[in-house]
Order: sequence, then C-alpha cells, then structure tokens
Amino acid sequence: MKEFLLLFRADYEAMPQKDDPEEWQATAKKWQDWIGGIAAQDKWVAPGQQLNPGGKVVKTNGVITDGPYTEIKETLISYCTIKAESLEEAAELAKGCPILTVGGNVEVREIDAS
Amino acid sequence: MTKQQELIPHLFRTEYRKIVAVLCRHFGFDHIETAEDIAGDTFLAASETWGLNGVPPNPTAWLYHVAKNKAKNYVQRHAIFEHKIMPELRSTAPVSYQAELDLSPQNINDSQLQMMFAICHPALAPEAQIGLALRILCGFGIEEIADAFLTSKETINKRLYRAKEKLRQEKIKIELPDVPEIDDRLEAVLTTIYLLFNEGYYSISHNKTLRKELCLEAMRLCYMLVETKATNKPQVNALLSLMCFQASRFEARQNESGEHILYQDQDTSLWDADLIRRGEYFLNCSASGDKISKYHLEAAIAYWHTQKEDTQEKWENILQYYNQLLQLEYSPIAALNRTYALSKVNSKEEAIIEAEKLKLTDNHFYFTLLGELYTGIDNEKAKLNFQEALSLAKTQTDKQAIQKKIAGL
Repeated sequence: MKEFLLLFRADYEAMPQKDDPEEWQATAKKWQDWIGGIAAQDKWVAPGQQLNPGGKVVKTNGVITDGPYTEIKETLISYCTIKAESLEEAAELAKGCPILTVGGNVEVREIDAS
Repeated sequence: MTKQQELIPHLFRTEYRKIVAVLCRHFGFDHIETAEDIAGDTFLAASETWGLNGVPPNPTAWLYHVAKNKAKNYVQRHAIFEHKIMPELRSTAPVSYQAELDLSPQNINDSQLQMMFAICHPALAPEAQIGLALRILCGFGIEEIADAFLTSKETINKRLYRAKEKLRQEKIKIELPDVPEIDDRLEAVLTTIYLLFNEGYYSISHNKTLRKELCLEAMRLCYMLVETKATNKPQVNALLSLMCFQASRFEARQNESGEHILYQDQDTSLWDADLIRRGEYFLNCSASGDKISKYHLEAAIAYWHTQKEDTQEKWENILQYYNQLLQLEYSPIAALNRTYALSKVNSKEEAIIEAEKLKLTDNHFYFTLLGELYTGIDNEKAKLNFQEALSLAKTQTDKQAIQKKIAGL
C-alpha cells in the first residue's frame, strides 16, 4: 500500500459560501459521504486543513507578491491523504470528490515512502 | 434453596472482589497468589462455619474480620520464616509488614481502581486481561469463566497463571496512573471493559444469565470510573452510554428457543426503557471536552437505534456517524453498517455500488449485506449472495438468520 496526497483546487468564487446554511450543509454531506466511502474501503489516512483565500508568494531576490491569483480559478483549497495500491487506484478514488462538481480538480501525488 | 444458600453466591462474588483487590494491592503482584489464597481461605471458612452455625448477623463484617486475621497471621509467619529461618532466601520483594489490612470503603474503592489499571494493561493479551478482570475485578469463579469462554477450567487456570507471571515480569505497578498518562492508560482499560461487554453480548455460550452478568459487570466497572473524579472523562461516559443502549435490547435479542432475533424483528416492548434513559443520561454527560472518541460515535449510533421508526433523519445521522467513525478507526463491521445506512439514506442502487468496492469476501456479513441490498432489485443475485454467506457462516445462529432471508425471497 502506498500513500497519496490529494490536492483540491477550485475557484473560491464557485464554492458554496458559509452564509447559506442549507447549501453549506448539503456540500458538507457530499464531502463526508465521499470521504466515508474511502474510509469504508480502509483507504483513508488523514484529513488536511482548509486554506483561506489569498496568501503570498515568496520568490528569489526577496520578491513577495500577492497570490496565488484567484483569477486563475485553480486555487489550492485543501488537501488530504489516502492510501491505495497504485496511482491509478488513487485517481479512481478521487473521481468521487465533490470539488469536481464545481469545476475544480484533484491533483494526485504519491508520497515518497523512503 | 434456603435463603442462606441464595445469599452466599451473590455475597461471595461482591465481597470476594473487594477483599481480593485490597489483598492484591497489599501484597503486590509478586505475592498475588498469597492474596488469592487468603481471599479463598476466607470464603472457604465462611462456607464451612455458616453451613454449621448459620449466616452471621453482619456477614460482610465477619468476612472482613476473618480476612484481616488471616492476612496478619500470614505476615507474622512469613516474617518469622524470612528473619529467623531462611534470611538468605530473600529472592522476591518482601511482603508488606504494614499494620492490619485496610478494608474501609475508600481503600476498597481505591484498590479496585488501581487493580483495574494494572490488569487492563497492554502488556497482557486481551483474553488474559479479560480472564484476570473476571477473576479479580468481578469475583467470578474459574468454572464460570470457563463457561463464558466455552473452554476448560485447565485452560483458564493456565491463562490466569501466565497472565500473573507476565505482570510480574513486566513489573506492572498497582497504582492509578499520573494525570498526564491517564488518558492513554484509560484507553487500554476501556478496550478491556468493552471486550468484556462484547463477550457477554455476542457470546455463543448458552448460559444466558451468565452472559447478561458479563454485560452488567462491564457496565459496573465503567461506572466505577465515572464515579471517580480522576477517571470521569468524556470517553468513559460515552462507553457507558453505549453499553446501556446495547444492553437495553438484551431481552429482545433471543426468543425462548435461544434463536437470535434481528434488530428489525425485535419486540420493542422488551427493550429496557430504564437502560435507554440511562444511556441518554451518560451520552449527555459525555458531551464535554474537545475530543470525539470512537465511543462517542458508537454511542450516538446506538442512540439512534433506540428510535425504531425508519426516518430519513435517523439513517442520515447514523450514516454521518459511521462516516466519522471509519475515519477514526476502520473496521469491516463499521464499513458494512455504513453501507447499509447509505442504502437507507440515498438508495439501494448506490449502496450496491459502494458495497461491491468493499471486497470483504471472507466475511459472511459482507454477502448477507449484498443479499439484503439486492433483495427487491435482483432476487437471483440476492439468493446467490445469501448462499455464499451461508457457506461462510460458522455459528448456528448466523446460519439460521441467513436461511430465513433466503426463505423470504
């Protein structure tokens, strides 16, 4: 079994906002059901944390810019860790992620075990 | 049976476990057999004397008086032996030469708690922990323990002997852990308590009275932890709540012929409303602190199972609790139960897709679930799955339940 980091990217504008409790509840359920499905297959490792929009990018020569730019519409929202036999299997598990229904995507990366 | 004869077994078990806990703590694991011998001798003396002269007016005081004297005599003889006869033979830790045995309610309680932590120690194998717990913490006889485990007295004696040896080797101390360690050590204690409960709840032993007592003993031990300030933690209350809810259905789970009755077919008038209320009480008590333990989630699920009506709200709650439980700790049964809840909330079709991903092909409950899900959708597939379940099921109870489902198709 290998461990994989799943990175969730989407447009913050497209995400359900906290001020609509019903929509928020419905979204929370979708995420919990998707995660629960992975956990039921004994493939869940750990949750990540929610990231606030905005931020900074620090580059060489002491350059600090505002970013990542939310116009790019592929901002990193959150992440989690799962386990699977292969990258293909991990990607298959990621297919049920609710972020895909709001135009987002999931980057699947194998964690180096050595 | 005369009233005297009825009184003795109950009294013996209640007082044996108090006296033996104090003696064990007094003498330590190096001399635990001495502690057990003194306790045993006390009750032997009671059997013989009371048989002849009748039960004394204050049986408990009689027992404590005799136990104290026997302990004092032992220490005096041992002192003479060690100091005058064989001073070179001091291989083990010296027996405590303290004043007389303290059988006050406070010390009895303290000793029992400390023994609980010492016995429910991860260094011991689970069956060893439960065996010792039944013997020392609950006061069960060897024969009763053998009956509960469906094994022989020799096996139990060997198991207890090895367990005590291990406790000596590991030099386990008989004391309440320090505050920073309590949560960790509590985890081991709660695991043992819950294992003990499950022995009674799921056991295939036919002695229904004995199995119910195992459940009640587990609850009593947990209640001791709740009553003690240092151990009155949220997860302890959650476990007690869980056990109350489950125990409430004890009478409804079996009919007169000993057949197992599934939850959906149970006569709810046989559910113990008082136990359900107590479960709710402890569930409320457990709602403190900032950590959710698996016992919290299991207790919450058990609470919803006390509501028999098939509402969307019930199954949605159960589904979400299983989602969380599986993230905390995976288990095949939780995975299967979660999938069943999903079928109630979303749809059978969706649950079938999820179920087939589980691939728990060595587990008869897996095929039973698939059979249930396919029932009404594709009865041919349902039958095939039930038959696979039948071939994997081991106990008569399980086989009967599956056969009923096939017949109902």
